[in-house]
Amino acid sequence: MLSITLTGLDIRNPLMLAAGIMGTTGGSLKRAAEGGAGAVVTKSVGMEPKSGHSNPSMVEVDCGYLNAMGLPNPSYKNFQGEIDTAKEDGVPVIASIFGGSADEFSEIAGSLRPDAFELNVSCPHACGYGAQVGSDPAIVEDITRAVKNVTSAPIWVKLTPNVTDIKIIGLAAQRGGADAVVAINTVRAMAIDIESGYPILGNKFGGLSGRAIKPIAIKCVYDLYEALQIPVIGVGGISDWKDAVEFMMAGAKAVQIGSAVGDNLNIFNDISSCMRSFMQEKEWTLDDLYGMAHKK
Amino acid sequence: MRPVNAVITKIVDETPTIRTFFFDTSFELIPGQFVMVWIRGVDEIPMALSYENAITVQKVGPASSALFQLNECDSVGIRGPYGKGFDIMKGRILLVSGGVGAAPLAPLAEKAGAAGAKITTLLGAKTKEELLFRNRFEVIGEVRVATDDGSEGKHGYVTQLLEDEKNYDQIYCCGPEIMMKKVLDKVMPKKAQFSLHRYIKCGIGICGACCVDGLRVCKDGPVFSGHVLKKTEFGVYRRNECGERVKI
Repeated sequence: MLSITLTGLDIRNPLMLAAGIMGTTGGSLKRAAEGGAGAVVTKSVGMEPKSGHSNPSMVEVDCGYLNAMGLPNPSYKNFQGEIDTAKEDGVPVIASIFGGSADEFSEIAGSLRPDAFELNVSCPHACGYGAQVGSDPAIVEDITRAVKNVTSAPIWVKLTPNVTDIKIIGLAAQRGGADAVVAINTVRAMAIDIESGYPILGNKFGGLSGRAIKPIAIKCVYDLYEALQIPVIGVGGISDWKDAVEFMMAGAKAVQIGSAVGDNLNIFNDISSCMRSFMQEKEWTLDDLYGMAHKK
Repeated sequence: MRPVNAVITKIVDETPTIRTFFFDTSFELIPGQFVMVWIRGVDEIPMALSYENAITVQKVGPASSALFQLNECDSVGIRGPYGKGFDIMKGRILLVSGGVGAAPLAPLAEKAGAAGAKITTLLGAKTKEELLFRNRFEVIGEVRVATDDGSEGKHGYVTQLLEDEKNYDQIYCCGPEIMMKKVLDKVMPKKAQFSLHRYIKCGIGICGACCVDGLRVCKDGPVFSGHVLKKTEFGVYRRNECGERVKI
């Protein structure tokens, strides 16, 4: 009832672990799969080992979570082993990768063997990476095409909402040969400690995730669904089954879950079973849900 | 939660390298839980609570050194308490402590002692001056001491004091990982609990930086039962701040 084929991958349900969450060790990715995830996305890996920004790197705020991890990662050279461990549970493993140029992206993509790649051109707080390359449609198109040339694995491009019109970046990814887009990464944000005047994050600013950004993400998915021919994967603030259904009605073929995993690693199983009951009650299939809001 | 402002009310020199910082703020604490301590402008580090209103810190790196430069009336930001603390059992219990590992074990001893447990502590340190909270443990029960240099008690590691472990209903252990691994290898895993130390970033179970295989030290731990750790990379590898494997 919930299984789908997405960019050529057979996935048992449309609920995936988002990038940057429990994604550094093969063991933690497996644990998300055991919690019911249909697919898992790794922590973003880059060219060289990177320790990330100084702490505090994540803090809970009134309406979500603010983070500036700074792309800590062991480099792609030390990561295939984690991907292989994660694959042991049989769910597709998507490698999130980042670089500062098309050459770096293709070197990394040419060296890893995941089930698909997710190109991180959207992290909002990494100098020279992420949204700094992902806000320029020409660069996004170049990077996507370069990766397409070195791998036969499906390519998903994760988009930043911190642009005037996300559709322009989505179209650039599509022109470059992307098999899907993922929307959205975190929304640029900041918090200040009023006892001292210090910005709380070590990096001073970061990205907002969690409940507060869901309506922003829904609108981005809605717009991308209208503009693109390739599938849209929705992410941003999903914490229960109703959120997942809402994303699908906006046009998401599948969704990713991030921050909400902190309090409930079994969230994928929980959402799956609630979605099944809801769909049975309504006599709707996943195909009925996809883009339903566009027909109203 | 956002960091809560905590003013330092008292600083106690426990050993030449270890200090206790008391705050004007108390926390509802299960021994073994930790707080994220933000030294503004420097870093934020995980620290076990050693009293309901204090942390006990060894000077080891830039963040703890910055903390050592603070004085009474200075303040830090605190998030927490976080994580899963010790599961406190009744009966005969054994504490195995190495160095600053005594910090979460001392409040555990006091709580278990008040609940009627009979407590024996194996207390280890590099040298006599570095023995932490000896008095707190002696008030509660019997204490056996080991020092690496032989300046007090047995000359050697605290694990060498482990001999009658089968006589205890539960064993609680905190210290260097290599020492905890020795304890895990020697005792019935189900009868022992270990408080782990890892590089922690978010502190709330989301980022995965502190994972020991699939276990999140910040959320599923920092205290784990021995049988949970048995099949993991505990005692073999840790991860550095980049997530690379580093041999213990």
